[in-house]
Order: sequence, then structure tokens, then C-alpha cells
Amino acid sequence: MTLTAPETSTRAAPAVPGRSRSTLARRLVPYGYLSPTVLLIVVLMVVPIVMVIGYSFRDNVIVQENSVFAGFANYTKVLTDESFLAALKNTGVFISVSTLAHLVLGLTFAMMLNSPLLGGVTKAIFRIVYILPWLFTIAVIAVIWRLLLDPAGVVNHVLQTLGLIQEGVNWFSDPGMALWAVTFVNIWAGYPFFMISLLAALQGIPNDLYEAAAVDGTNWFQRFFHVTLPQLRPVIISMAVLDLIWTSHQFALIWMTTGGGPLNATEMLSTFTYKQAFSEYEFATASAAAVIVLLLTMVLAFFYVRSQRER
Amino acid sequence: MLFRATRLKRLIGAVTAATMVTFVAACGSGEDASDGTVTLEFAQWWGAELPAGEFDKIINDFTTENPNIKVKLLSAPYASTKQQLLTGAASKTLPDVVGLDGAWVNDFAKQGAITDLSKLMTDANYDASELASQVQVDGKTYMIPVVNFVYPLFVNKDLLTKAGVPSTPTTRTEFLDAAKKISASGGDVKGWVLPLDTAVPNGVQNDVMSWLWASGGSMLADGKPNLTSAPVKSTIEYVKSLNDAGVIAPGSLTMKEQDKVEKFTNGQVGMMIDSLAHINLIKKNKPDLNFEVAALPAEDGFTGQRGIPYASWGIGISNSTKHKAEAFKFVSYLMSQQTNAKLSTIANGFPGNKTAEPDFGNSDPLFKTAFDIYQQGYPANEFVGLPKSEDLMRSFAEQLQLVLTGKSSVDDALAKSQENWSSVIE
Repeated sequence: MTLTAPETSTRAAPAVPGRSRSTLARRLVPYGYLSPTVLLIVVLMVVPIVMVIGYSFRDNVIVQENSVFAGFANYTKVLTDESFLAALKNTGVFISVSTLAHLVLGLTFAMMLNSPLLGGVTKAIFRIVYILPWLFTIAVIAVIWRLLLDPAGVVNHVLQTLGLIQEGVNWFSDPGMALWAVTFVNIWAGYPFFMISLLAALQGIPNDLYEAAAVDGTNWFQRFFHVTLPQLRPVIISMAVLDLIWTSHQFALIWMTTGGGPLNATEMLSTFTYKQAFSEYEFATASAAAVIVLLLTMVLAFFYVRSQRER
Repeated sequence: MLFRATRLKRLIGAVTAATMVTFVAACGSGEDASDGTVTLEFAQWWGAELPAGEFDKIINDFTTENPNIKVKLLSAPYASTKQQLLTGAASKTLPDVVGLDGAWVNDFAKQGAITDLSKLMTDANYDASELASQVQVDGKTYMIPVVNFVYPLFVNKDLLTKAGVPSTPTTRTEFLDAAKKISASGGDVKGWVLPLDTAVPNGVQNDVMSWLWASGGSMLADGKPNLTSAPVKSTIEYVKSLNDAGVIAPGSLTMKEQDKVEKFTNGQVGMMIDSLAHINLIKKNKPDLNFEVAALPAEDGFTGQRGIPYASWGIGISNSTKHKAEAFKFVSYLMSQQTNAKLSTIANGFPGNKTAEPDFGNSDPLFKTAFDIYQQGYPANEFVGLPKSEDLMRSFAEQLQLVLTGKSSVDDALAKSQENWSSVIE
């Protein structure tokens, strides 16, 4: 109620020039507060994106003084490049398998931690154990798994001791195995985020729903599919879309484990773009590849925003 | 309340403005001070690889001699320095003085990011005859190698003895024989290690082409690719024969240089081609490892001078710096007989000044052995000064990977590499 009084006085003010200035200043205050953020967004996001889009339509950008307009030539070059198409396919496999596995593992572990069958201390111990991969930086994760999956590493030694394999497997350097090896490492590194988010969502499901379902004589599976999953659906959709976006940008892990090799078996859109820019100095084609990645990401972002609106 | 709110707004405004000014100011580089002092920014990876504080002492001696010049060191690991310089070159904001790898020079020179040192040498009446080498593009010097690091053959003497190999191999046949015997000596031990990772594809330069150079061969003819020549074919066929014999440590296709050193240090491989700079690292991690360094094996019957691969800490000057004269003064100081000898000694490398003598007094005797090998042969690295050299190495590594996995013949791989390289080296 008290808030209406100043507005009334504001409406009466325009007749007085001094007050008009005061009103204008007051209206500008919110923009003043926003300006540092807006400035940073413009400088750090809008300008670089516009520049990259501009570069993608020119030839010999950055490395030569006078670049020329090239139309869609860079896009044609990228989209007909076998390495790019291989990278697109690898990225598709990598992100879809990673996201699915993150979801399944995250949900499984979250339900374990939410189970009334486990005591408080046991839950705390498992919570720490399960969240550990999330505490390591990508560099550490890459080093750890390079050592573990080395042909003379612990994993091969254990598998050989158990009689599961006869010879050491070249996990990262076998072209038929490398993509699955890096996907496995990415799954290991990323499931805790799903687990924590889904655990929070599970704890938010009212117990009344389970009690009502129990009264109706449902079993565990029926409660899972008809109570738990529908309640988690908005969180699962949001997390899955976000994970698809984040995983599609994964660069460091690939670069530090396989570098996109062997024989382009783990080449992703991110490593392809990096090589174009910083190895071949083809900044124009790198920009075109980056714009294509941006467009693909925007499709995912569209679904994310839509799911958020629905919520 | 109104007064306090206004004051708060003003305070926030002032803080925001100050932050912005600071942010913008922080983007600028070292400039002239009001007293005429010039600050040179020097971006390099050397400081990160030298014993703590040693490089600072060398810089302090320079600033003591030249009180009107200050040097601000921008030290970062090699890979970070490369990226920093690439972006700096693109945006014309390179630091005044830059540490360079020979593989970057052509691209930076073509971009106009680094300056022609030949002109600065003439202007300063600098005696270039003291320099062991200069890296040139179109006849102009753009980089001076300050310290050179050679890549000899490292041999685990215990593994060699255990395998019943009487002496260090000096020919390709002897090397293959020794590698086979070591690989057959039991455990997971292999004779040789070949890192062919394509993220940092320098294995092509250090571990593959080194075989070619050691036999006096060349991958270029009149500055153009010559990969289908008999010496190159013989080299790749030899590497393939090592692979076919099963003497190369597994995991080659994604192995990095550090993995190579680690496997040698742990006694998992008997021989490797590696930088002399890693001697201290190996001895620190495994003090009791019994190893020696030797010249790279050459083709059977080869009697000529052997090329020995090397990498350099090179130096160049930004084209956009306002202080070229001061920057060259600093370069001259680093290349002076006394300073260059001192820097080479602490870096465990060989000096870029021909008259400088590294002090082997406190060094490992292996450095003296390597210096003798270096002086008997000649430094060879044909990737230095080539355009997009990392890309050339990567495309070659990919073709070699096809050969080693049986997906391509040596002839096809070399023909494809020749085609790839010819489109880059015009």
C-alpha cells in the first residue's frame, strides 16, 4: 500500500522541470546498476561472437592484413570436410552416450543415497565416495585415467590377473576403442552433478504420494514409473539438455587424453575447431566451424529454455 | 535516509567506475615511465623450466647494467606461452620480447608480428658472426636461438646388458637387433618407444625424422617437400620394421613425450630418443637408473657427419613494440659470451653463442658426452622455419599411424604426405 504513494506523486511531477530531471534520473538508476553487467556481457560475449561470425564470412582472417569477403565458402569447406563430418558423428556419439549414462548412473546413485534402508553414516560415506570424481579438475582426471588405462597400467593388469583379457588393451590408442574409452572417462567425471541434482529433487517429492500409491497396492516398479519419474521429469529434462550442451563443448579431456586421435577416432567438434585455428592457422574455417557449433548448441538451448518455461 | 541512499548510489557508481578504469588500464602493457625508464615485457617459457630464481638473477644483472630499462618476465609453461603468443600475434599485442620455438617463426614472420632482426643487428653494429645459428624467412633473421637442446639416443645400460647386447648400437641393424633382444628379455619391457600423439605431434620431428637426419638425409629439396625420396622411404620402412618386430612400446598412437620419458625412467623401455634437458628429471625420479647417451644410429655403412635433432629456446622482438632498440640491447645481452654460457649451463643446454663455453664442472658427465656428440655432428631440424610446421608434423603423424596400423602402405602414406605438405609449403 505504501508503495503507491510515491508513484502518485511522480505522476504529478512533470509540470516542474526540476522534478522531471529527478524522475528521469530515478528511472535511469536501474540501468546504471545493470550497466557494468551489460558492459561485461557485451565486451566478453556479444563482441567476440559477432567478430567470429564476421570472420567466418571472410578469408585469411587474422593471419593476413587484408582479408577478403568469402561468402559461404568457409561453411562449404567445413561442411564437406571429412574430418569435420567424422568429428560431428563422434561428438554425437560422445554426448548422447555420456548424457544417457550420466542420467542412469546419477539416478541410480541418487536413489541409493535417498533410500531409507541405509543408515546416516553409510549414506555420508557413500555420498563422499560418489561425489569424488566431481572434485577433480579435468587435468587431474585426464592424468589419472591415462595412467590407469595405459597398456601397462593398473586396469589391464587387473583384467589380465582375473583372466578376462589375454593381452594388454590399448584403450586410448586403439582406433576401435579410443572413443569408448574417452566416453567412459567423461561419464565417470560427470555423473556426480546429475546425482546431486536428482538427489535434491528426490528429497523434494512429497511422501504422501508414495503412501497413497502404497495404499493402492503398487509395487516398487510401479511407484518408480508412476510417481518418482513423473516427479523428476522437469529436472531430468533440464539436466539432460544442459549436459548435452556442456558435453558437446568438452575439449580439455579429449585434448589431454587422445588429442582427437588415433586416426581421428576421437576427433570432436571442439578439437577440430582448435586444430583449424591454432595448428593450421585457418581462423576463417575455424570460425565457420565455431558458428556451426553455436547453431547446434542454440537448438539445444531452445529446448532448455522451453522446458524451463513449461516449469 | 534519502541522503544515505544517494551517497550509497554514488559510492557504488564510483566503485564501478574505478573498477572499469582499473580493468581497462590492466589491459595495457608496460610503457615509458615519466623518468624515461622503459619497461620491456618478455614472454617465454624458460623461467618455468629453470631452477627457481636463476633466470631472475640473469635479468637483474641486465637491469643493474641498464638502469633505464626494466624487464618484466611473463613466464608460463611452453603450451600456454604458445597460445598467448598466437593470440598476441593475431591482435598485434605481442609483448616486446618473445621467446620463440623455431616451428613458430615462419607463421609469426608472415603475419608481420615479429620484427626483422637483421636490420636491428645492422643498426646496433652487432657482430652476428658469434651466433651459432639464425632462423631466417626470405633471407631475413627473425629468431636467434639462445640455447639449444639436442636429442641424442638414451640407452638403459642394465637392460642392454641383461639382453646380452655387448655395446650401444651405432647402426640401424644393430639398433633393431638390440631392440629385439631387449623386448625378448622378459616382462613388459620393450626395446624402443615412439610417441605419435597428434595433439602435440613433435614425435615426428624428434623420434621419426631424427633417423633420417642421423644418416645425413633430408626431407626437403630446395626448400620444397621431398618425402617420396629414397632416404625418407628407407626411414619410414625402418620405423615400420621396428613396429612389425614388436619392439615398440604399446600405446604409440596417443603417446606423449612425457609418457616416453616416464617409460624409460621406469625401465619399461630400453632405448629412446629424447632431449638432453630431461637428464636431471630422469635422475631425480630414478637416481639409480644406469643409462648413457649416444649418437643416433645411422644407416649401415654411413660414414658422413650425423645430424642430431635439436630444439631451441629462441628469441625474437615484436614488430609492434615502440622499444626495438632497447629490446635488441636485451637480446644482445642474452647472446653475450658470458651470459649465454651462464644461461646454457643452468638450462643444461648448449649455447647459441659460438664463443660461449658451458661450464660442465658441476654438471652430469653425460652433458659432456652429449656436447662431444653435438660437436662431432651437426644440429639438424628441418621443421625450423617451415610454415605451419606443427600441422605438417600432425598430417605426417596421421599417415604414419595408418602405416603402423596396416591401413596404408609406406608409398601411399608418403605420397599423401607429399601432397599435404606441398599445399602448405609453396
